[in-house]
Amino acid sequence: MSSTDLSIQLTGLELETPTILAAGVLGTTGASLKRMTGEGAGAVVTKSIGSEPKEGHPNPTMLKLDCGFLNAMGLPNPSYRDFRKELSIASEGGVPVIASVFGAHPDEFVEIIIGLKGASAYELNVSCPHASGYGTVVGTDPVLVEEITRAAKRTTDVPVWVKLTPNVTDIVEIGEAASRGGADAVVAINTVRGMAIDIHSGYPILGNLYGGLSGPAVRPVAVKCVYDLYKALDIPVIGVGGIGSWQDAVEMMMAGASAVQVGSAVHDNVNIFSEITSGLSAYLKANDHCLDDIIGLAHRKVEP
Amino acid sequence: MRPVNVIITEIIRETPTIITLRTDIEPDAAPGQFVMVWVRGLDEIPMALSHPGSITVQSVGKATEALSRLEVGDSIGIRGPFGNGFEVKEKGDREEKEGDGEEDGAGKGNKIMIIAGGVGGAPLLPLALQAHSRDLDVTTLIGARTADELLFEEHFLKCGAISIATDDGSKGHHGFITGAMELFNLAGFDQFYICGPELMMKSVLDILRAAGLEAMAQLSLHRYFKCGIGVCGACTIDPSGLRVCRDGPVLSGDLLIKSELGKYHRDATGKKIMF
Ligand SMILES: Cc1cc2nc3c(=O)[nH]c(=O)nc-3n(C[C@H](O)[C@H](O)[C@H](O)COP(=O)(O)OP(=O)(O)OC[C@H]3O[C@@H](n4cnc5c(N)ncnc54)[C@H](O)[C@@H]3O)c2cc1C
Ligand SMILES: Cc1cc2nc3c(=O)[nH]c(=O)nc-3n(C[C@H](O)[C@H](O)[C@H](O)COP(=O)(O)O)c2cc1C
Ligand code: FES
Repeated sequence: MSSTDLSIQLTGLELETPTILAAGVLGTTGASLKRMTGEGAGAVVTKSIGSEPKEGHPNPTMLKLDCGFLNAMGLPNPSYRDFRKELSIASEGGVPVIASVFGAHPDEFVEIIIGLKGASAYELNVSCPHASGYGTVVGTDPVLVEEITRAAKRTTDVPVWVKLTPNVTDIVEIGEAASRGGADAVVAINTVRGMAIDIHSGYPILGNLYGGLSGPAVRPVAVKCVYDLYKALDIPVIGVGGIGSWQDAVEMMMAGASAVQVGSAVHDNVNIFSEITSGLSAYLKANDHCLDDIIGLAHRKVEP
Repeated sequence: MRPVNVIITEIIRETPTIITLRTDIEPDAAPGQFVMVWVRGLDEIPMALSHPGSITVQSVGKATEALSRLEVGDSIGIRGPFGNGFEVKEKGDREEKEGDGEEDGAGKGNKIMIIAGGVGGAPLLPLALQAHSRDLDVTTLIGARTADELLFEEHFLKCGAISIATDDGSKGHHGFITGAMELFNLAGFDQFYICGPELMMKSVLDILRAAGLEAMAQLSLHRYFKCGIGVCGACTIDPSGLRVCRDGPVLSGDLLIKSELGKYHRDATGKKIMF
């Protein structure tokens, strides 16, 4: 049985399937990333890498709740100097490896991109909700997002994606800033700020007190963000947030995502990428669709 | 899951540096599984279950020292049990192998060897108890720096034969636990269960490898855990990319012989630290 072709061109990268491992999930080492390519991911994104080694926040750093997950890892990473080798090991997996990078200002992003040569693309993390001085602090300021994107684009010839935070009043404003800066795609969304408190003791549970919500709970938020960004931007939108099945992937694509990233769902199943791919393939075949038919379909249904 | 509140019901001093904390809950766990222990406001660390509702703690740093200062009636948060645990074969389902171990008096049934270094005895005790209750023939090698630090000697003795090694010769074989292994016909055993300092595990595995027995070894590995639930990737090992917190902590000897075991581990940043 020949399955429907799911290969896509995404910002110039060739992906055999539109399922991508999200940043920060099983992305600490090259071997781990390579293992996920073996599980069927069409591309993988590394853990966000910075300019200096960082231990991250004290434990607990992650918590499974009834509705999703809360995490406050705090961007642990060995710095780009020590991650270079991991990047080349990850590349042996044979799929595009996207290096996620974080910094506080344009020069820091530039330094890391130069230091982490060899990635298939760079994903600028201007959206981590729980690391002081980084992430959201940067990613809620459209001027800074535009400057960082422009600086990154000047530094490298490979595609630059910008990952956006939903912790803003209007994500479209930030998406437009990234687009003006020359981004090849935007990725939406990073985690939504959240908190859990231990009712036995009154202590906030996460070592950092608060963190970011991911998993099923944030999917409707992500779908809305992707829908709005697709409508406003001319560059591809990559959807992420709560995707755990092929049905979730179809929904995200109908909102306007050209591809999807999967993070928390690896908790239940590391083979989630192959599962989504085969479900998606069967769905398209049964409905006599190709991928392009469904991307943004929800817009065509309500707009002339 | 959110951390469950557990009350310390009893504190047992096992050795000068190791205590056992018994709690008021008994999670349903397989031998070798671990829990994430939350010392509120400080840290959360992985700990093996040494009895159904107990953890056995060696004081080495901030969180373990804080645990060592707890008193009966104090509470901590526990998440788990997590991880895969040891596989205990039923009596009689021994794999056919050459020699069959008969010559070593193993005709009674499965013969297993447990090799416990230091606080590594913690996840191995429930295994010894389960194997004993299933009528398996259990031999335990216990190693420690000095006689005072031998863990669970009495408990293991109730499950079968024991053999002791101390670094300073204050009891049993003078030297490493690998020396004590030489007293046995290793080919007469069906499974080896190992936990202890990484370099000890590596030496033990090398000996088993030389005897062609590495596939019959199950080792409980230690790595730096953040999430503890298999999502963050902090604990993954090379070159398999397996997660020690979820695919382990118990991994087979033939997998580990080809791994980073004994060469390096990673710190909280993900940077390689050579042994
Ligand atoms: C699966 C597993 C089971 C374990 N079972 C036991 C047990 O039954 N009894 C016991 O005494 N110890 C056990 N440990 C080791 C125990 O987790 C560490 O001794 C403890 O984390 C030290 O914390 P600390 O704050 O006291 O020390 P720190 O001063 O913070 O660190 C001392 C060393 O402990 C290790 N460590 C610290 N934090 C962590 C962490 N989050 N994850 C893993 N290692 C860490 C590091 O190697 C570090 O260098 C186990 C570890 C693992 C991975
Ligand atoms: C444990 C964990 C670590 C994460 N680390 C990063 C990170 O380093 N950089 C980043 O851009 N996003 C990070 N994220 C966010 C995810 O990439 C993703 O945007 C978010 O989890 C929503 O997707 P999901 O519901 O599929 O998990 C992390 C998420 C989790 C759960
Ligand atoms: S500690 Fe997070 S994957 Fe193992």
